[in-house]
Amino acid sequence: MGTLELSRRDVLRAGASGALVIGFHFTPAGRARAAEAEVASNLAPNAFVRIGADDSVTVIAKHLEMGQGTYTGLATILAEELDADWAHVKVEAAPADASRYNNLSFGTMQGTGGSSAMANSWMQLRQAGAAARAQLVAAAASQWNVPAGEITVKQGVVSHAGSGKKARFGELVATAVTLEPVKDAPLKDPKTFTLVGKQKLPRKDTTDKTNGKAVFTQDIRLPGMLTAVVAHPPRFGAKPKSFDATASRKVRGVVDVVMIDTGVAVLAKGFWAAKKGRDALKVEWDESSAMAQGSEELVAEYRRLLDEPGSVAGKQGDADVAFRKAGSVARVDYQFPYLAHAAMEPLNCVIRRDKDGAEMWNGEQFHTVDQAAVAGVLGLKPEQVRINTLYAGGSFGRRANPAADFPVECARIVKAIGGKAPVKLVWTREDDMRGGYYRPLYLHRIEAALDGRGELIAWRQRIVGQSILAGTPFEAFMVKDGVDATSVEGAANLPYHVPNLLVDLHSPRKTVPVLWWRSVGHTHTGFAVETMIDQMAEAARADPVEFRLGLLSKHPRHAGVLKLAAEKAGWGKPLAAGKTGEKRGRGVAVVESFNSYVAEVAEVTVREDGSFSVDRVVCAVDCGVAINPDVVRAQMEGGIGYGLSAALHGAITLKNGATEQSNFHDYQVLRINEMPKIEVHIVASGEAPTGVGEPGVPPLAPAVANAIAAATGKRLTSLPLKLA
Amino acid sequence: MATLNINGKTVKVDADPDTPLLWVLRDELGYTGTKYGCGMALCGACTVWFNGQPTRSCSLPVSAVGQGKVVTIEGIKGAPARAVQAAWRKLDVVQCGYCQSGQIMSATALLAQNAKPTDADIDAAMAGNVCRCATYHRIRAAIHEASAIMAGKASEKLEA
Repeated sequence: MGTLELSRRDVLRAGASGALVIGFHFTPAGRARAAEAEVASNLAPNAFVRIGADDSVTVIAKHLEMGQGTYTGLATILAEELDADWAHVKVEAAPADASRYNNLSFGTMQGTGGSSAMANSWMQLRQAGAAARAQLVAAAASQWNVPAGEITVKQGVVSHAGSGKKARFGELVATAVTLEPVKDAPLKDPKTFTLVGKQKLPRKDTTDKTNGKAVFTQDIRLPGMLTAVVAHPPRFGAKPKSFDATASRKVRGVVDVVMIDTGVAVLAKGFWAAKKGRDALKVEWDESSAMAQGSEELVAEYRRLLDEPGSVAGKQGDADVAFRKAGSVARVDYQFPYLAHAAMEPLNCVIRRDKDGAEMWNGEQFHTVDQAAVAGVLGLKPEQVRINTLYAGGSFGRRANPAADFPVECARIVKAIGGKAPVKLVWTREDDMRGGYYRPLYLHRIEAALDGRGELIAWRQRIVGQSILAGTPFEAFMVKDGVDATSVEGAANLPYHVPNLLVDLHSPRKTVPVLWWRSVGHTHTGFAVETMIDQMAEAARADPVEFRLGLLSKHPRHAGVLKLAAEKAGWGKPLAAGKTGEKRGRGVAVVESFNSYVAEVAEVTVREDGSFSVDRVVCAVDCGVAINPDVVRAQMEGGIGYGLSAALHGAITLKNGATEQSNFHDYQVLRINEMPKIEVHIVASGEAPTGVGEPGVPPLAPAVANAIAAATGKRLTSLPLKLA
Repeated sequence: MATLNINGKTVKVDADPDTPLLWVLRDELGYTGTKYGCGMALCGACTVWFNGQPTRSCSLPVSAVGQGKVVTIEGIKGAPARAVQAAWRKLDVVQCGYCQSGQIMSATALLAQNAKPTDADIDAAMAGNVCRCATYHRIRAAIHEASAIMAGKASEKLEA
C-alpha cells in the first residue's frame, strides 16, 4: 500500500508561520487548498489525520456517515494505532479527491457502499495511525535525547520512564513537524488493542445528533440561496414539454421557474414558497416514451419468463438428470415488489457556482461519480467541483447512484438560472417516494429435490428481475455473460452443499430506474433460499438448524453463527404459549453478505384474524474483528428493523407507469410498536473486519416467514408477508 | 407580520399565514434542528412543543400559532430534557440522527407527563415518530434510562 510513502518533496512549508503541512498525493489544487486551510502548528503526517497543538486529533473520514457508525469506526482504527485519547478525537469529512481517498475495494473511485468502509480502511488507517504515532515518538526522542525504543504512548501522552519525561501530543507537534515522516511504522499486536473491540466507546456523532446541531444538507443556508422544488413527470419515461407558470410566479417569494430535462423547477426564497409555486404550475408532459406497464403486467410478463431458460449464473453437476431421478420434488414461486429506500431525509443537494468552479453540499456517498456528473453539466473539470460531505439522514443505497440523479438535477437548475444564486434542491417526500431507483421487482422459482434418504440432491433456481448495473459504468466489470452479479448473489454461490445445481437469470429491461437497496441481491435471494431450505428440512423431517448444519460442513462461519443464534434463542425448547387462539412459532435463517455472516432466530405470535407480531429476534454475527461492538450491535438492530419494515409493509406498486404510493400513509414503514425485542451476539474473531451496515437485513424476512410456517403450517412466498 | 414566542423569545416573522411553523422555524429563523420528513404529520421528524404538547410543526400553519409557546430542540430545558439527552448519549441511540430531534421532543413530553412509562406507554407515545434506521430498540431503553435518571433527581416541570 503506497499511501504512506512520503517524500521530502511532500513536505510543504506554509508561509512565515513556520507550520508544516505534510501532504500525500495532493493534486495541485488540493495541495494549495490544504496549505491554505492548515492552521499553524498542525501535524498532518498523512491524508488521514491532523494533530493540533491543542492536543486535538482530527481523523479525516473518506466515507459518508449515514448512520452506520463509520465516523466512529474509522476514528477507532486510527486512534488505536496512534494511542490517542478518545476524548480528543474529532472526525472531519474528507474532500472529494480519489487520488487520496479512493475506496480500496472500489479501485480508483471514492465512495461508500457495499458495507466496505471498515474492510477497506482497516490496514490503511492502522498504518496511518502508526505512522503518526512514530513521528510523535521521534519528536519526543529528539526533544528529550532518549532512544525512541524506550518511549511509550498511552491515551495521548508520550512518556519516557527512565527520565520521567512526559508530553501531550500537542506539546510535540512543533518538533514533530520538522522531522522526516516515518515509513513502515510497526503495527500493534492486536492483543494490545485498547480501543478496537472495546465494548462501549461513545459514538462521535451522538452529542450533535441529540441537540439539533448536527448539520445535514437540508440545513444548509447560504447568502442569496434559492430553494428549488421540482414538478417531476407523473410517469416513468415522460418528459416536460411546456409549462405555464403564471400562477406560480404570483406566489410571494417565487423568484424563477425553469424547465430542465427532468421537470420544471420553481425557485423561491424558501421551501414553502417554492412548493406552493410548484403546486400551482401547469405542465404539459411528453408521454410518448412513458412506461405503460404496471406491476401487474410486469408480474405477468416475469411469470412467463419463469418457464424459459435464462443466462446461467451457477452450475454444478447435472440438475436436470437429478430431478428426473428424484424422490420428492418441491417447486415454489416467489415474488418481491419494488421497494423505496425512504430514508428520513428526503433527497436534496446544494450547489453554488463561484469563480473557481462550483461548490457542492451533499450527504455524499459517491464522490467520484457525483463530482464528474455535476462537472459535466456545468462545463467544469471534475476537480473544479468541491464537495462538502455532510451527514446523510439515511441512504440505504439511495445516495450512491451511478446516475447521480439528484445532484445532476440540482446542477441543471443552477445552469438554467445562469449560476446567479446558490440552489438548494429539495425533493418532497412524495418526490422521493415516486422518484424511482427502487429495489427491483423480482420473481424467483426454486425447485428442490430430496433423495430417498432425505438428502438434498438437486436445486434449480430461476430469477427474473431488472439488472441494477445494466447501463451503468459498473456494467463492464460486474455483469458477465448476461448475469448481473447483484441479481444472483447468495443464489449462484449457494452455500448449502447440493451436488446438482442450476441457477439462471432473466434481466428484462424496463423504464423504471432501479438501484441497490440495503443488502442488494440478498434482499430477495436470502428470502427464497432460506425459506426453501426450511421447507426441505420439513420435507426431510429434520430439524431446520440440524438440516442446515448438515449442508454447511464447508462453511464453518455460516455454521458458527447458526449454532450461536440457535443456542442463545433457546432453539429446541418450547416457546411460551400465547393467549387463547394465538399460535406461536420460531424460525431461523442464516445469510452471508458482504463477507459477514448473520443468523437470526425470530419468534412470532399469529392471531386468529391472521395478523401477527414479531416478538423477539436473536441475532448472531461474525464480521471478523468487531471494531466497535456496540456499533455492530446497533447495525444488527437497525438491519433487523429495516428488514422487518419491508417484510411487514414494504411495497411500491406501479400502475400505467406511475408509482401508486406517495408518503408514509400508503408506503408504511416500521414503527416502534412493531419493533421486537432484539439480542445481538458477536462471534469473537481475529479475521479482518467485514461489513455490518447491510448484513443484518437479509436473514430477517425468511426467519419470520419460517416462524410463521412453524406456527401455522403456511409457507408465505411473497413479500410483504400477509396471512390474512 | 406575525409575532411568535419561540424558545422563550418573542420574534417577528414575515410569512404567509398558511406557511407551516416548520418552515418558519427552519427557513426564516434558522432553527434547523427541527426536521422536514413528510409534510403530512406522518413521521414526527418536525415535532416541537406547542403549549407543552408535542406537535407536528409541518402541519401547523403559522396563523394558528398566535401567542402559543413554541419550544424546539434548540430550546429544551428542564429535568426530563436533560435526562433524555443524557440517556440518548449513554446508550448511543442515534444512527443517521435525522429523526432524533423529533424523537427527543416526543420522549421528553412523555416523561414530563408520565415519569415512569411502561413499554406500552412508550410505544403509544412514540408511534408517531418514524426512524428508518430503526433505533426503536434503543429509544425504548433510553426512555427507561431517562426515567431512572429523573427518579434520582428532584422533579422539574417542562419549561415551555
